[in-house]
Amino acid sequence: MNSIILVLASLLYLAFLFGVAYWAEKRSQKGKSLVTNPYIYALSLAIYCTAWTFYGSVGRAVSYGIEYLSVYIGPTLMMPLWWLVIRKIIRISKVYRITSIADFISSRYGKNVTLGIIVTLVSLVGVLPYIAIQLKAISSSFRILTRTDSPANSHIFLDDLTFYISMGLGLFTIIFGTRKIDSTERHEGMVAAIAAESIIKALAFIVVGIFVTYGIFNGFGDIFNKAALHPQLKSQFLMDGNKGEYSSWFWHTALSMSAILFLPRQFQVAVVENVNEKHLNKAMWLFPLYLLIINIFVLPIAFGGELLFPNHDVNPDNYLLAIPLKYDAKFLALLTYIGGFSAATSMVIVETIALSIMVSNSLIMPILLAYPKIIGKYENNLSGLVNNVRRVSIFIILLLAYIYAKAIAQYFSLVSIGMVSFAAVAQFAPAIIGGIYWKEGNRKGAIIGLLSGTFIWFYTLVLPSLIGAGIFPQSILEEGLWGIKALRPSALFGLEGMDDISHGVFWSMFFNIGSYVSFSLITKSTSIELNQAVTFVDIFSHSKFTDNTTIWRGTAYLNDIRTLLINFFGERRTDRVLRLFAQKHSLNLENKKADPKLVTYSEKLLAGVVGAASARIMVASISKEEHISMDEVVNILRASQELMVNNKELRRKSIELEKATSELKEANEILKRTDKLKDDFLSTVAHEIRTPLTSIRALSEIVYDNPDMDQEEREHFLSTVVKESDRLSRLINQVLDLEKYESGRQKLIKENVDIQEIVKDSIDALYQPAKEKGIKVVFLPDRFAPKFEADRDKLVQVIVNLISNAIKYCEADKGEIQIATHYVEGAIYTSIQDNGVGIAKEFQRLIFDKFFQAEDQTIKKPKGSGLGLAISKKIVELHQGQIWVESEVGHGSKFTFMLPVV
Amino acid sequence: MKQQLKVLVVDDEPGILMSLEFLMKKEGYQVFIARDGEEALDIIEREIPSIILLDIMMPNVDGYEVCRFVKSTLKLSHIKIVFLSAKNKESDMEKGYAIGADLYVPKPFSTRTLVSKVNALALGIATS
Repeated sequence: MNSIILVLASLLYLAFLFGVAYWAEKRSQKGKSLVTNPYIYALSLAIYCTAWTFYGSVGRAVSYGIEYLSVYIGPTLMMPLWWLVIRKIIRISKVYRITSIADFISSRYGKNVTLGIIVTLVSLVGVLPYIAIQLKAISSSFRILTRTDSPANSHIFLDDLTFYISMGLGLFTIIFGTRKIDSTERHEGMVAAIAAESIIKALAFIVVGIFVTYGIFNGFGDIFNKAALHPQLKSQFLMDGNKGEYSSWFWHTALSMSAILFLPRQFQVAVVENVNEKHLNKAMWLFPLYLLIINIFVLPIAFGGELLFPNHDVNPDNYLLAIPLKYDAKFLALLTYIGGFSAATSMVIVETIALSIMVSNSLIMPILLAYPKIIGKYENNLSGLVNNVRRVSIFIILLLAYIYAKAIAQYFSLVSIGMVSFAAVAQFAPAIIGGIYWKEGNRKGAIIGLLSGTFIWFYTLVLPSLIGAGIFPQSILEEGLWGIKALRPSALFGLEGMDDISHGVFWSMFFNIGSYVSFSLITKSTSIELNQAVTFVDIFSHSKFTDNTTIWRGTAYLNDIRTLLINFFGERRTDRVLRLFAQKHSLNLENKKADPKLVTYSEKLLAGVVGAASARIMVASISKEEHISMDEVVNILRASQELMVNNKELRRKSIELEKATSELKEANEILKRTDKLKDDFLSTVAHEIRTPLTSIRALSEIVYDNPDMDQEEREHFLSTVVKESDRLSRLINQVLDLEKYESGRQKLIKENVDIQEIVKDSIDALYQPAKEKGIKVVFLPDRFAPKFEADRDKLVQVIVNLISNAIKYCEADKGEIQIATHYVEGAIYTSIQDNGVGIAKEFQRLIFDKFFQAEDQTIKKPKGSGLGLAISKKIVELHQGQIWVESEVGHGSKFTFMLPVV
Repeated sequence: MKQQLKVLVVDDEPGILMSLEFLMKKEGYQVFIARDGEEALDIIEREIPSIILLDIMMPNVDGYEVCRFVKSTLKLSHIKIVFLSAKNKESDMEKGYAIGADLYVPKPFSTRTLVSKVNALALGIATS
């Protein structure tokens, strides 16, 4: 394949990554952040699958059979435990604004600079080779595709290609990894790009898998049957207990369980980039599913490769590329290349960011802070300094990885370097797991544990490979150091029969955990260590109170604190942050001296940018701190513990009190409402009485004062007076009526009645007004309705009221009123439907209230007293019935009341 | 002079409306009538009356809103507004005056008193 095409494809792919990251950051600026999506989080965790997974799994499966799966079974087993472990780590990291593993360990053990440096160095030494093999994977896949993998065809440009790729990745990492310095250290664009890469690498692997399984062979069955005929391949299916394979399984699984937590890149995506603890819920099943999917075709490809290249002239790590090439499937080969490229680049990018944060915050900054002269130069731009340190370290890390890839990596397969890296980061496990569950774990224990574990790791796992490379004499391996057999690196203290990795992990962990526990127990913690230990272990109860468990005491001037913060956050943000904090804790920012709470808070803010240890140094440098004795710390912590307990008790009591109060309030509210209703009712009644009274008085005064007025007009006035007097007396009757119903004094005089007769009587009573307005009245009786017990006059009153309302709201000459009765299941339904103006939805319930307009003065008063429907409702309810309305504005209303037939 | 003054009567009660119309006409004013706030505002903008006899509780746009509108519109703010309302609590009257009413007459009212009060307002307009 043409190397130009490959270079172009690689560049295009990098451009695509830039695009995705850029797009994601733009979206996030618009408030449509992608990382709020739990699927993105779960996919970003798949950064676990590197080029090692992509190319190396096949190679591993060829050499060791299904044992390669241990690396995926570990994380799968770990995922359910994430809810316990990672959630706690995430919570701690959020509360303390922790941005790397080094920061985490250093912060836990008293914000200790030494520990931060150790962790950073171990990470660098452990993970650099891992980055290097990713670069190596890219370049070797390139060579295979361009068929320049034989030394004769070697081309100087290709060596440089790895270099260019490293630098290109460096650029990407700088752009999306160090653009902003923030106290959360999240990189949304990068995470989105990583998630996209996770999809691409899985897709590429599956496509090649399908090609091999179904294109070249006849499905899984075919490949496995053919492989089973091969005695050597057949053994790869089986777990063979003889070679200590079970112990390998155990150690490899345990190792990958710790790797999924403590690899710097995993910590970065799982903890630092996490925006929501709930995303864990999705990741807990989605990530194992991803591992399953990307592993389905490993064995078919491995066996396929063995069957297709029986002469072993192809490195099994390269089967994924070699098989498509053998069949001249160029596009597929290119797709594989891109898949591997994405697996490698995502790992390199995130690992580099994670390492650069450690290098700047836990290694360089604490050292620089010891030299005020250097810091002084950056007086107003400390965040710029941090950023520059990070940028430089990104390039240096990549450069070192490049050199390693060229010089040493060729001696090892992908997987072995990966496992050695896993073993390195596993050294963090005791300090972290112990740190979040065991309060006694202290700084000395952590330092000695880490150092001894790392030393053993180096001696048992790194030294043999250096011997293999000829750097150290072979005799050490065979005879032991200084000829002492017990010190043989691969059979330490005579332990034989384990594979190298298991052996190394066993001994390093043995010394690491042993020293951590024993030194923690024999040495004493300092006050700051104790404070951190308690708040880390009890984070879920402390996270709300962490502002209160302040053990800092001393004198710091607000102005100094402010200046320090401005160096990192700028003036505007600093002032805003300070003001908000002061508001929350009712502090006075006018005071010259800073409140201890504010000092602690500022330190935490700074920790997010420069790490806990550096932040500690900076705050100490601008304040005069008092020593706090151990007893005092214990007292403060106990007080806060008691505060929490008291708070719980208090909360319970206050909830009870609140409940009682709200019940009282409610009762009072009801009383008030009833009172107000009564008030409203009275004032509405008064208003309703005054209205006709006004007409009566005015009109009769006019008639009295104007004996010479027009005869016709006089008659009109006088008839209006009569009408208004009627209205007045009707109103008074209704008020009294309603009062009877409400007080329960109204009794029904029941007799055996026929609903049809009642309806007919009511229609007859309104015959005249309906006719005058030109309104058609239709009655559709249900002849099967039985007679029943009811108060005849009262029911007539209801129906007359409903029909006269209908007449009122119908348009003259166009109105039509339909009255119907239905007998259904022991109840008689009577409905009065008109084609009038209708009633708006919001009033449909209110119209049955007396003077419903009293609630809202601007609603049109219904003509009439406003009591008719209220009384009708009371009458129906006295009959154990119900009344309701269905209506739409402009399409008429239908009032229905139901009376049970007992 | 009086003949030229325009009086707008606004009320949704036919009985009250007809009596006010009669009274004002008899006094020689040019009388307009409206049955709700919206109709009133149409007439106000078109005719710019000198005096408005205004009911408060009306459908759609109520008397308060009409008054507020008139008093806050530069070319209308000179119009004298007389609230006529069955809301006759002390607080109702205070609210009426606060909104900008020139007079608040509780219902039911004496026609003679009302007429003389309106006439006094009209005189004020004429002499100013």
